[in-house]
Formats: sequence, C-alpha cells, structure tokens
Amino acid sequence: MTWTQYLAPLLKGAQVTVMISLASITFGVILAFAAGIARMSSNRFVSGLAFVYIALFRGTPLLVQLFWFYYALPLIGISFDPITTGIMTLSLLTGAFGAEVVRGALLAVPNTQLEAARALNFSKRYTLWHISMPQAIIEMMPPFGNLAIQNLKDTALVSLISIADLTFQAQSMRNITLDSATVYTLTLVGYFIIALCLMLIVRFIEMKLRRGPAFPRGAHT
Amino acid sequence: MNPIIRFQNVTKRFGALTVLDNFNFEVQRGEKVTLIGPSGSGKSTVLRILMTLEPFQDGLLETDGISYHEPNGRGPFKASEKHLHKIRCNVGMVFQSFNLFPHMTVLRNVVEAPVAVLKMKREEAESRATELLRMVGLSDKKDHFPSQLSGGQQQRVAIARALAMRPRVLLFDEPTSALDPQLVGEVLGVIRDLASEHDLTMLLVTHEMRFAREVSDRVCFFDKGRIVEQGEPERFFSNPQQPRTREFLSSILGEQEPIRESISCAR
Repeated sequence: MTWTQYLAPLLKGAQVTVMISLASITFGVILAFAAGIARMSSNRFVSGLAFVYIALFRGTPLLVQLFWFYYALPLIGISFDPITTGIMTLSLLTGAFGAEVVRGALLAVPNTQLEAARALNFSKRYTLWHISMPQAIIEMMPPFGNLAIQNLKDTALVSLISIADLTFQAQSMRNITLDSATVYTLTLVGYFIIALCLMLIVRFIEMKLRRGPAFPRGAHT
Repeated sequence: MNPIIRFQNVTKRFGALTVLDNFNFEVQRGEKVTLIGPSGSGKSTVLRILMTLEPFQDGLLETDGISYHEPNGRGPFKASEKHLHKIRCNVGMVFQSFNLFPHMTVLRNVVEAPVAVLKMKREEAESRATELLRMVGLSDKKDHFPSQLSGGQQQRVAIARALAMRPRVLLFDEPTSALDPQLVGEVLGVIRDLASEHDLTMLLVTHEMRFAREVSDRVCFFDKGRIVEQGEPERFFSNPQQPRTREFLSSILGEQEPIRESISCAR
C-alpha cells in the first residue's frame, strides 16, 4: 500500500471531523453568548445557573465528559447516538470556555459607555445589544479563534466513542498496515490544514468587523 | 413656583468617605447654575446623583416633582429601573470625556435614543438630529465616525445627542476639561447659545471662571461636600465673602488670567 491509498479513508474521516467541529463550534458559540450574558445578569438564579454550568464543564476532562454522556447517561434512560453525543459534549465544553470570553469582553467595554447609555435612558437590554455588544464582539474574536482550534483538536477524542473521525480512521489504517510513520504524519497534516482554515475564517470575520473608521485599532474614546 | 431640582439633607458616602454631607440645594426652572470648587469637593457627584449614575444614602431628592425614592418601592434608595427611567426623562448629561458611541456615525449617535427610547419615527428623529447638528455647527460631519472628529467636535455632537432627548435639565460635567486649549472656545460657544434658552435648566461644573461669570445666573462654590458660598456671578467674583472662596479664586484665577492675557498679546 502506498501513501496515496491511505488518502481515501483519511479524507472520509476528515469530513466527519470537520462536520463535528463546525457543528459544535456553532452550538458552542450560541451557548457561550447565552451563558456569558446570563453570568452578568442581576438575577441571582440565572447567573448562578450559568456559573455552575461553566464551572462544571471547565473543571472536568473532556474525555470523562464524553464517556459520561455516552456510557453513564443511558443507564438513567437517556441515550443519544455517538455523533450527537460528540457534538453535544464538545458544544457544552466550548460554550463553557466561550462564556468567559463573552463575559470578559463585555466587562472590558468602558464604564463611560454604559454611563452615556444610562444618561440617554436606554433600557438595559438595548444597552447590551446595541451599545456593549457591538464593541465587545471585536474583542472576542482572538480568543474565539483559540477556542475554535482547541475545539478542532478536541474532536480527536470522539474516536473513543466509536465515531469514525480522522483519528479513528488513522488508528484503523495503522492497525491494518502497521505503517505508523506515514499514517500519523498524514493525520497531523490533515488536522493542521483544517486548523489553518479555521484560523483564516476567524481572522476574516475579525477583519470584516474591524474595517472602517468605527474601530481604529485599540482606540476607545 | 416650585424649584425644578431640590436636594434635602442628602448624604452621599463612598465607603468611609463622605462626599456630600447633609447637602441642601435648590435650582429654579430655567436657572443656569455653575458649580465650582477644588477637585473632590463633591460638585461632579451632585451631577452624577441627579443623572442616577450614583445612589445616595440619606435625604430627599426630586427633579421636576419626581422623587428619587420610589413610592411603594423596594425600600429607600433602591428604585426600580422603571422609576429611574421616569426620572431620567427630564435629565440629560454631557460628560467630560464625551462618551460618544464609537461604532455609530455622528447622526446615529444623535438619532438612536429618540428612536429607541422616545419611540420617535426614524425620519422625524433624523430631521431633528440634522437640525441639532446644524445648531452645533456640524451638519457636514453627520456621516463621520467619532474617531474621525476632534475633541471639540465630539463634545459638540455629545451636546446635540443630549439635546435630542429634550431634557428639562441639562448637566455639564467639566465639558471642556479634556479638550486642547484651542478647542475649548467652540464648545463654550455652543453652551453659551444654549444658555440663552429660557426653559432649559443648566447645571455646569467647570474650571472656566470667565465663562461661568458670563453665562450663569448663580455661582456655587463647593468645598468638602458643602456649598460654602453662592451668589450672582458679578458679586461672587468681585467680592467673595468667605476666606476659603477667596483662596480658591485667587489660586485658580492667578493661574488662568495671566496666561489668557499673554495669548491675547501674542495675537
């Protein structure tokens, strides 16, 4: 077997990896905004709930989370197929880390902006979405870029709950051929290319947001 | 006639520091009052309390007949957002550092609050905003972003933005302190025009003594959370009664006047 023959199964695995990663980044970002905003709520119950969620998922290993959702949850009668379990767990993890990114960026909006909004009698909701968020979202992009790449690399663990992702395919190729060097080199290159695409996408969004005179780099007046 | 602003025995503390101590102060409708005094004397705090940016610990306060205590509220000094909203309808504020929204154009900065808060139609708000921007001399800048304007221009936009909400009381918190000296004049010019409006009540914290003398009906000198001396500007500046006032005026005028004169000589 030459290395070109490895490509077909690896590409098939890469497709699964990309799908799981994109899906869990999307859900993760939605969760991140929900939990990050909830964390800032003046309602104790809402912010407490968000705190518990963030603490639990940041404070436990992803692998154990995956096993818990895949093997332990069915014991109390709730079970999902492997792909759903993988996407759900990764979304929850990315959402927990992302929530802190959202919260941090919202806290970094200068207080003077919030005072101006109060003086103009904007409601709290309006201030959040039209004054704070447009300024905060730009600051979120670099850390969100980190999270996206972290998420991609974390998807490798879903191979352990029998999802045929890039890592899973690499393992089975190696078991058949014993050609560890070639298989794992190709796998690394595969992950790297996907990561590069993710970086470019995030960078592109950031450039789009930063373009124009509204946000000269770093300036907050 | 009832005063539009009434502080009764208001006390404000930041931790152990008492900023306002049994503070009493009244402002009549349409009156232009300048607050002067050393930094930390509580004059900006008075404005910030009026704008509901700071709570206070004791006493009574009302603007235009509305108490800052919510009737049947959750106890004193914990008014609901709804009640604060009602208070803020009458009050507007211009900040030392302008605080324009950097992600909105000049026009949107002025239009946004009337549309979102007063539920004005966007076209109507825009035509009013255009009128206000013409008044502050910036009609040609309405599609610019704040970062493209000078400090003086930004402050004039901020004044237009505050006026767009039609406040009865307009508060100016050191509106020219963050400006380069050559830009101070254009902002003072706009405030001077406003001061000729009869209905608008103005409270102005400033270090521009000459300007205070020119526009205000009354000057109040603050020291350590109290008004030490107040009066009609001519008398206040020419014949201050309290030693503390004299000391303050001579220190600040001693700095300002000669500099101003040397500038006019250079011209």
